[in-house]
Amino acid sequence: MGNPNIGKSVVFSRLTGAEVITSNYPGTTVDFSQGRASLQGEQCEIFDAPGTYSLQPTNRAEEVAAEVLRWADLVINVIDATNLERNLFLTLELLEMDKPMILVLNMWDEAERSGIEIDRRSLEERLGLPVVATTALTGEGIRELVDRLAEARLPPHVRPLSEEEKWVEIGRISRAVQKVTHRHPGLADRLSEATIRPLTGTPIALMVILGTFWMVRLVGEGLIAHLFQPMFELYRPLAMAISDELGPGMLHDLLIGKIINGDIDYVQSMGLLTTGIYVPLGMVLPYIVGFYLALSLLEDSGYLPRLATLSDNLFHRLGMHGTAIIPLFLGLGCNVPGALSARVLETRKQRFISLTLLGLAVPCTAKSAMIFGVLGSYGQMYVLLVFSVLALVYLVAGLVLNRVVKGESPEIFLEIPPYRRPNVSMILKKTWMRIRWFLAEAIPFLFLGVLLVNVLYTVGFMTWVARIFSPFMQWYLAIPGEAVAALLVGFFRKDLAVGMLLPLGLSAGQMVVATTLLSLYFPCVATFALLVKELGLKDTLKSSAIMLATALLVGGAMRWALIG
Amino acid sequence: MAIRLRRKGCIMQSPITSLRVGSVAKIATLQGQGSSFQRKLRTMGIREGKSLKVVAAYPLAGPIVIDIEGRQITLGRGIARRILVEAGDC
Repeated sequence: MGNPNIGKSVVFSRLTGAEVITSNYPGTTVDFSQGRASLQGEQCEIFDAPGTYSLQPTNRAEEVAAEVLRWADLVINVIDATNLERNLFLTLELLEMDKPMILVLNMWDEAERSGIEIDRRSLEERLGLPVVATTALTGEGIRELVDRLAEARLPPHVRPLSEEEKWVEIGRISRAVQKVTHRHPGLADRLSEATIRPLTGTPIALMVILGTFWMVRLVGEGLIAHLFQPMFELYRPLAMAISDELGPGMLHDLLIGKIINGDIDYVQSMGLLTTGIYVPLGMVLPYIVGFYLALSLLEDSGYLPRLATLSDNLFHRLGMHGTAIIPLFLGLGCNVPGALSARVLETRKQRFISLTLLGLAVPCTAKSAMIFGVLGSYGQMYVLLVFSVLALVYLVAGLVLNRVVKGESPEIFLEIPPYRRPNVSMILKKTWMRIRWFLAEAIPFLFLGVLLVNVLYTVGFMTWVARIFSPFMQWYLAIPGEAVAALLVGFFRKDLAVGMLLPLGLSAGQMVVATTLLSLYFPCVATFALLVKELGLKDTLKSSAIMLATALLVGGAMRWALIG
Repeated sequence: MAIRLRRKGCIMQSPITSLRVGSVAKIATLQGQGSSFQRKLRTMGIREGKSLKVVAAYPLAGPIVIDIEGRQITLGRGIARRILVEAGDC
């Protein structure tokens, strides 16, 4: 337990060896994680709770924290040594819960560097608890924490203090145990001010965002050209050999798919061993690597909360506040963690808008990579067009939802963490964890998608659906009815669905309409499941109806503008 | 923006929204909106008697960024309006 952004998850991962995502902004952990550790010969389960400033929750993540506390037999209260006074409020609240407790003063190195001295012995005496100093990032002090866990004891029973009395008590404690030597503002402080002031911060933010996209493309295209494309070319003779071995038939169609012009077409063949692995590995994964490397840099440096401040004015008009940039940014990687992170928003209205816009107009990296891959061959301007339309939809739908959705939109209230130098091994570890999640998530669904396409085509279902929807699609969107098959598959994997548009021989205009429609009409099934969990069924259905209506509206308008 | 002055005891108070960017002042009163709102302010370090510096003020009634004890906090304009600082003796 502890305040937000003080390194609880780092301590947790040091204790349990469990891999959890950690970053430098408040609200990285919005759900609890669970890990096991054998500490001093005893098996125990350790929970990592989301950060909270007090035990009276103000958002979903803090509710989870209060819940976790109820289960605990022993509380490890992690506090930020550079901010003792403020952190002690939660400590005093926790003391009244009558659970054995140990206090961890984390970020000890940063406290020392900034001239803060804390007398641990004296703090122990005053609180009646064991106190350990750690620097969880480097692992310093964790040994001592483990050794002293057994000393964790019930706090001396005290009369519950009122809030006012708590602050008086905190003042007394911190005056007695803490000595602060004033230090002069350094480069980091000046950088911090420059990036958060509107006049200097806005151009910096634009550069950072452009730099991020540039980095994603550089890494993605570099990996494709120098690693994945050569690998798949090496694999081609093997796949052809398998194809020859199998001969024509059902199994061949399933594993290899169609042979186009005497060769395997990795995107269009639609076999498990061809398209089924090429789309996730050869087309999407390289961009995933690029995106998560860039995102980790933004997260760990502490830049995201600054971006939240700079964009607050904009998000405020969309019924949210600047913090909503976090679900948006995470959602650009994958909508699932993006949707989860919307828990940092305080009210139902804000979460509803944020999640609806996420499902509607925030393309995940898998989708974006395919749009680049497929539409890019028609010309870069078409790619730009699709993304511009999505951005416009995000803004307009947000403006409208802000008017229509009932409820409150509280203002931004966000702590800005100090800049920290991202740690290379942490960044690589975090990127690797996210890549593994992607692979574990994407490959089964892609296989399922490819399987479904094959089965549904074989039994004639696809042709039947295409025929039914054909008049409507032709008349309203000027797209052939077969595109409905892609929309159906899009429910499972958007990346595969974009690939399915290729064999239809669409014109550039039709392709733009179809890919935009594919983005807007519905989130993928994994995101949908999470929406149900976060919003409840009723609001999810409302949200889905909004998505479908917007898709039809925008699709119709684009057809009119592009195809005529 | 007009500076609203309030008399309390003999210290004039004004909301931090009236402060110039870069100026430093001491927090005098946290106003209104129930105890949970005030608790949240206090647990984030915004408490009576603390000195704060205004780091940035966004146009169009946007947020205000303050610095308290070396930590920066972004506040919506409405929240900032309810934080009153000492504005000199009367």
